Amino acid sequence: MALADLTFSRTLKQTNKRIPSFPRLDRAHVLPLVVPVTLIALWQFGSSTGFISDRIMPSPVAVTQAFWSEAASGDLGHNILVSAGRALAGLLVGGTIGFLLGIINGVSKLSEQLTDTTLQMVRTIPHLALIPLVILWFGIGEEAKLFLTSLGVLFPIYLNTYHGVRNVDRDLLEMGRIYGMSRWSLFRKVIFPGALPSIFVGLRYALGIMWLTLIVSESIAASSGLGYMANNAREFMMTDVVVLALVIYALLGKLADVIARRLEGWTLSWNAAYQK
Amino acid sequence: MSLHIHERPATSPSAITTNGATRPDAASTTTQAVSLHLRGVEKRFGDNQVLRGIDLDIEAGQFVAIVGKSGCGKSTLLRLLVGLDQHTGGEIAFRGEDGNPAKADARIVFQEPRLLPWFNVAKNVAVGLGEGVDKDEARTKALAALWEVHLRNKAEEWPSQLSGGQRQRVALARALVSRPGLLVLDEPLGALDALTRISMQTLIARVWRELGFTAVLVTHDVSEAVHLADRVIVLDEGRISLDLAIPQPHPRKHGDAELAELEGKLLAAILKDR
Repeated sequence: MALADLTFSRTLKQTNKRIPSFPRLDRAHVLPLVVPVTLIALWQFGSSTGFISDRIMPSPVAVTQAFWSEAASGDLGHNILVSAGRALAGLLVGGTIGFLLGIINGVSKLSEQLTDTTLQMVRTIPHLALIPLVILWFGIGEEAKLFLTSLGVLFPIYLNTYHGVRNVDRDLLEMGRIYGMSRWSLFRKVIFPGALPSIFVGLRYALGIMWLTLIVSESIAASSGLGYMANNAREFMMTDVVVLALVIYALLGKLADVIARRLEGWTLSWNAAYQK
Repeated sequence: MSLHIHERPATSPSAITTNGATRPDAASTTTQAVSLHLRGVEKRFGDNQVLRGIDLDIEAGQFVAIVGKSGCGKSTLLRLLVGLDQHTGGEIAFRGEDGNPAKADARIVFQEPRLLPWFNVAKNVAVGLGEGVDKDEARTKALAALWEVHLRNKAEEWPSQLSGGQRQRVALARALVSRPGLLVLDEPLGALDALTRISMQTLIARVWRELGFTAVLVTHDVSEAVHLADRVIVLDEGRISLDLAIPQPHPRKHGDAELAELEGKLLAAILKDR
């Protein structure tokens, strides 16, 4: 995976021009919904007319019903909470390690020379390939999931933090030194804010990997969580619950991205690219 | 950007600014200017000798401009004065106005403003105060310094919202906020357009008259040197080839005939086209 793969291109700023046919709604709010709503309508139409078989793909109405029954029994809420807890724990552990390594290697030549080559080598191993080994080490308990998720989020955060620190403007560092900043001040006032846009890119990429890893490890060995719910439903041919799980992944992924964007907008308000 | 020429009498300690604020007291704190004494200063990078024995005395409160072709060693000399590099020979000493050895407390303004984009204007200026200054005190001093450069009303803005000339004025305020005894300017106006440059020259001249620090300006613009400085030094291949006093009183007018004559003399010395 090249570094370029780990960076998102920022979407163009949405225009705020109003269109006359929607007097109260912004074009920016309506346009993103057009495609998903149309697709769902077509899907329901296909299911209702019998064009799409129930055994292949349940109708949106059936998925909604599955949602109600799962939610009413309390299983859905429980599984979402369990998965979210695992995801956050993995993000916290892996993210902290990746962040600290990125900062230290960005600042210290010695540490960089000592560890960067190793990290770059380990990074290229698909972490899901470790599943057999991880099950041997940790069994099928929480440790295995935490280990895999942490490992998955570690590298994008490490790479982007390191990249961000290394690319802090040398002129600003020199300025900081002339004005007598201590090492801590230099980090707090120059290096960290300078690296922050890049760290956020790493965080958003890590959020995607976090869900992916968690779902895969939950499908293989778990007795609760969204991945378990979907996998269990597959065994009983309950396609509606399988699709429900997919919809929830999509919503959770969107939620994580919205939170990351809010954080970006809040901490990077100085940056013209993030100004509203 | 629009042209900012704000002239006001230097003698009025409580003049009214355009935005109605009175002059803050902190701005009128006097500066302890230092004098500079260089003896046989040399600097070499490997085999390349950039400075070949500079002897130079600069009185406290004097405004000296250093001009010369690119590669003559003028920026190297500046970096030695502010301690960014160490000289490889000779000695550099600073004395206070009382004649005793003093710490230089030099500040530098670069060609680029080098502002922290994630700090607002006031916090950027406060960086110039160094470590361990009380927050409220830092803010008061920063606002006073911004007042000096006529940017008091921009204190809460991001640097990205300012024009090039305004950013450079913020950099000047940051350099002046600690009331340095020596201010070093490394082609500070080189990146600005011609009209902004003229208004910045007026601003620098006024701030220097009011605060009384020693100023050393490196520039490739001979007319700028003649307009601002009491004394212009021409560097050539690491040596001083001309040391010319500019006796005209401040403030000076652009386009003055006597200044133009001195300018011609300096250009001839730099280009050696006799």
